[in-house]
Amino acid sequence: MSDDRYQALANSALGGAVVKRLGLPAPPTLKRHEPGMPVVSGPVLIGGAHGGRLAEPLRETLRSIGAHLLEGEGSLDGDARPAALVFDATGIDDSTRLSALYDFFHPTIASLSRNGRVVLLAGPPEEAESVRAATAQRAIEGSVRSIAKEIGRYGSTAQLVQVAQGGEDAMESTLRFLLSARSAYVDGQAIAIEAIDRERVLAPDDWERPLAGRTAAVTGAARGIGESIAETLAEQGAHVLCIDVPAAGEAVSQVANRIGGTSLALDITDARAPERIAEHVRERHGRIDGFVHNAGITRDRTIARMPPEGWDAVLDVNLSSQERINDALLAGELIGEAGRLVSVSSVSGIAGNRGQTNYATSKAGVIGLVRALAPVMRERGATANAVAPGFIETAMTAAMPLGTREAGRRTNSLIQGGRPVDVAETIAWLLNPASGGVNGNVVRVCGQALIGA
Amino acid sequence: MSRGDTRVAAVIGGNRIPFARRDREYAHASNQDMLTAALDGLVSRFALQDERLGEVAAGGVLKRSRDFNLTRECVLGSALSPDTPAYDVQQACGTSLETTIHVANKIRLGQIESGVAGGFDTTSDAPIEVNEDLRRLLLDLNRTRSTAGRLALLGRVRPGQVVPAIPQNEEPRTGLSMGEHQAISTKRWGITRLEQDEIAVESHRRLAAAYDRGFFDDLITPYLGLERDGNLRPDASVEKLAKLKPVFGEGPDATMTAGNSTPLTDGAATVLLASEDWAAEHNLPVLAHFVDAETGAVDYVHGDSGLLEAPLYAVPRMLARNGLSLQDFDFYEIHEAFASQVGMTLKAWQDPAFCKDRLGLDEPLGEIDREKLNVNGSSLAAGHPFGATGARIVATLAKLLAERGSGRGLISICAAGGMGVTAIMERPT
Repeated sequence: MSDDRYQALANSALGGAVVKRLGLPAPPTLKRHEPGMPVVSGPVLIGGAHGGRLAEPLRETLRSIGAHLLEGEGSLDGDARPAALVFDATGIDDSTRLSALYDFFHPTIASLSRNGRVVLLAGPPEEAESVRAATAQRAIEGSVRSIAKEIGRYGSTAQLVQVAQGGEDAMESTLRFLLSARSAYVDGQAIAIEAIDRERVLAPDDWERPLAGRTAAVTGAARGIGESIAETLAEQGAHVLCIDVPAAGEAVSQVANRIGGTSLALDITDARAPERIAEHVRERHGRIDGFVHNAGITRDRTIARMPPEGWDAVLDVNLSSQERINDALLAGELIGEAGRLVSVSSVSGIAGNRGQTNYATSKAGVIGLVRALAPVMRERGATANAVAPGFIETAMTAAMPLGTREAGRRTNSLIQGGRPVDVAETIAWLLNPASGGVNGNVVRVCGQALIGA
Repeated sequence: MSRGDTRVAAVIGGNRIPFARRDREYAHASNQDMLTAALDGLVSRFALQDERLGEVAAGGVLKRSRDFNLTRECVLGSALSPDTPAYDVQQACGTSLETTIHVANKIRLGQIESGVAGGFDTTSDAPIEVNEDLRRLLLDLNRTRSTAGRLALLGRVRPGQVVPAIPQNEEPRTGLSMGEHQAISTKRWGITRLEQDEIAVESHRRLAAAYDRGFFDDLITPYLGLERDGNLRPDASVEKLAKLKPVFGEGPDATMTAGNSTPLTDGAATVLLASEDWAAEHNLPVLAHFVDAETGAVDYVHGDSGLLEAPLYAVPRMLARNGLSLQDFDFYEIHEAFASQVGMTLKAWQDPAFCKDRLGLDEPLGEIDREKLNVNGSSLAAGHPFGATGARIVATLAKLLAERGSGRGLISICAAGGMGVTAIMERPT
């Protein structure tokens, strides 16, 4: 991982003073999860617009999390610093009532602690009962994204959670993730929770190890983001099937041994790979609870200069192989109860990128894939989602030219690159058996990057 | 199971590192490094981290004396449970087929449920001993108490004694190298240069094809940047091999070259064996059963048998015991120490006089279908780290049988000291 020397300088005593004097952006030090850390490190101030339907489910969920709740005017007395502000905006059914957001955040936002969390709860606009209600619910997104940009310099984040009618009981895993340090580099996102039967929300016995007893496969697990995903899923209790190409066999074997998982060396683009994976899953585990399509390659060239094999290889590794593997798993009935498919997309797939027609096409395709698969998965009591990393500090980004690297690092609300573990934590949340209401989402892990917003 | 019964010993899988030519990629890797790597690769494939296995048995030919417990050291350095016992075995080129026999027999007797058999050898990181004269002098020095006596002993050190003794690939009782021994047999059996070169080319072609179709994806873990056996030459041809000069044998009749003899090689290989119950409990499919084995030896010193002829005798004894003919097999794995050893073995089993006079058989064992012989190549292409070859072959044959769905395979490995280790593996229908 390349280390961010500018960030280190800005956070040193002398360097910090210089950075401040010159009016340069000062990247905050993001707090990340460590074992034993509480979900939320301070009191949670909650509020809501009149007529909202999530006030009670929200209180119940926060109590289950063990958060210290503050509610109502005057509850923020003196110099108390809330660690999170959560607002139920489902009651806002007209643009004239959007001022409820101003009324809640105007007096409180300055008191939010560093590495604080803002979460707005709304409904999906398409479920609204009138044009005006739909308009108002959609408007909330603009508040969230702007608040995120205002508080990013303190390491704080803001997200929108759109909870469908019938999704009220499925919020806990998502609120735990968004309120905690596990979502350090997820910022300015809109996450949809769909209706789901209460008995299908499988709350884990131990929220530190929600994946205990479950098996998850990760492709491209030998190094980088894939290695971090494998480690994080194992830390949260999963048995991880670490897949990578035979040439990376030594590294993937070491990862598997370190985390108590299994190594499987194969080329996912090989015609027989889907059946070999399916057979391995069937023989060893009977089923797979999570499959993380992480393996990806780049062959950057502008489309005029790109050789055909550069296009084909990227599309095959990044997209077509995922489709074939999913088909084999689904046809073999190998996706377990509360099964989870997660594909790693990219901000390039959302925004496009010069020299990456092949890569961006594959990564946009991944988004299409999980969206189209979501209803199919829902019928099976399972989900399909994608994560779209922005600038993540890996060996790949360390090899970038300085200018490109610095631009990638600074052009986001948190003024820094993310870490592989930020992507891994996001995937672990999606794999959580309690995340059954999160389906067909594309969650960016980009610190609210300016591009592709 | 009650005492006295035996049960099936199953081969679950294998893992080895690619074999490297001497002084190449593994020049600075020790036997311990290589076996640990092979073992860790095996552990990760079958998720055996922190698992207590019945035992790990492995060995190699070129070992330093301080590595007396080398296999145990490898277990302690691996991801296996440190409660897994281990021991070293040395039976020259048959070492890791012999360790497979040991582990399989303990499983068959119910003494253990699971175990790993393996082997290793480095010709690069080889042990060097002090000259024999110097060694005796140093031991005398250690026994002498008086300073005067010690000084007298030290005064006897001569420059020639400082030259170290490097291990030689030669038979102590004949002073001939293995290649020189085999050159005698090659001539006696009339194995031609062309026949030997054809065997070598076929070995390279088949090993390359097996790599290309992904056969080794779950049998080999890359090590120190090497992904395939370093000796493999997919483009080997009879024309190219014909240009090589003979290295063993003398005069115009010499036929054995560096191309149709195995090179000095570094590497390590492992095989996982278990009872069927253990395999089922771990949800691990069984590839094949390790059915029977026979280790033989011949008097190559005073008798007229060649050094590498022991398998010629061991195999028919094992076949008779199992009520099988030589043709009752779907795969034959005959270790290619030298192409001529393979040619000689096949010729001898078809030779009425040899089969009658030496083996005491009424009929020759007969011909085998060459398409079933070393179907994924063998040591001429892969290389031959002495101790590792048996485990390489057992894992390869087990997977071949599993791919076929059912069948029977024969293993024949010749070894230094006039020995041979042979075995039968089966996959029931």
